[in-house]
Amino acid sequence: MGKKVATCAVLVALAMIFSYIEAILPIPFGVPGVKLGLANLVVVTGFYILRPGEVFLVSAVRILLSSLLFGNALSLLYSLAGGILSFFVMLGLKHVKGFSVAGVSLAGGVAHNIGQIAVAAWVVKNTAVLYYLPALTAAGVAAGLLMGILASRVLAVLRR
Amino acid sequence: MLAAGLLLAAFLLFLVMRLRGQGDGEQVRVTVDGKTYGTYSLFEERKLCIRQESGTNVIRISGGTVWVEEADCPDGYCVRQGKIHRKNGTIVCLPHKLVIEVTGGGDGGQELQPDAVVH
Repeated sequence: MGKKVATCAVLVALAMIFSYIEAILPIPFGVPGVKLGLANLVVVTGFYILRPGEVFLVSAVRILLSSLLFGNALSLLYSLAGGILSFFVMLGLKHVKGFSVAGVSLAGGVAHNIGQIAVAAWVVKNTAVLYYLPALTAAGVAAGLLMGILASRVLAVLRR
Repeated sequence: MLAAGLLLAAFLLFLVMRLRGQGDGEQVRVTVDGKTYGTYSLFEERKLCIRQESGTNVIRISGGTVWVEEADCPDGYCVRQGKIHRKNGTIVCLPHKLVIEVTGGGDGGQELQPDAVVH
């Protein structure tokens, strides 16, 4: 029990450092919502070393804390929508045979961006926001794949 | 496989949007919090200063393009989205719930409106 709590806490701390790095890194794209999703690396890795409930907790606590520290009420809403949708997509796909860590992460990245844009359309009460869907999908594929490859490298080391 | 499929889907969607938005637009529609704030010609020089409780955006229409010149939103994305002129081009400022769209205007814009709506 104690060890589990400590592991989760360490992962939340790590994810928050990643969030911080993301917050201070300038993003070279003019599309809102496009980012590397470094913190997702922790969540993807978590899926393979923790129980789903614990991963959810790590992800939710991370989003809550990093939005409070580096974001605002609206960014919390976007992150939560993206985080929750990508959590369930990744949880489902993890059990599907033939899905590698990178594949799960990729789907998670895309799901995150779709969740975010859906909330954005709802917030501004305008579907014109969906104009960014293609760009955000492509960005989700790229970022998700990158984080997935990194996660599988991390897992290979962890399992040794 | 999944990556290729999703990328293809994104590309197709992009293509469809591009085709629909072929050609330059004629009008600029500014929407704030879901309500139309105003519609302006893309070819008349104009500077719009939209002040809200959440903050201010300065929109500039000039030389057939429209862009956000200045804004005090926390992320600054609306300014970074640059200039748009194509039909269906969009600039969004999420923190201020502001959307700027380029529309075909004139006849093209009218065609999209239903003649009547029956409830």
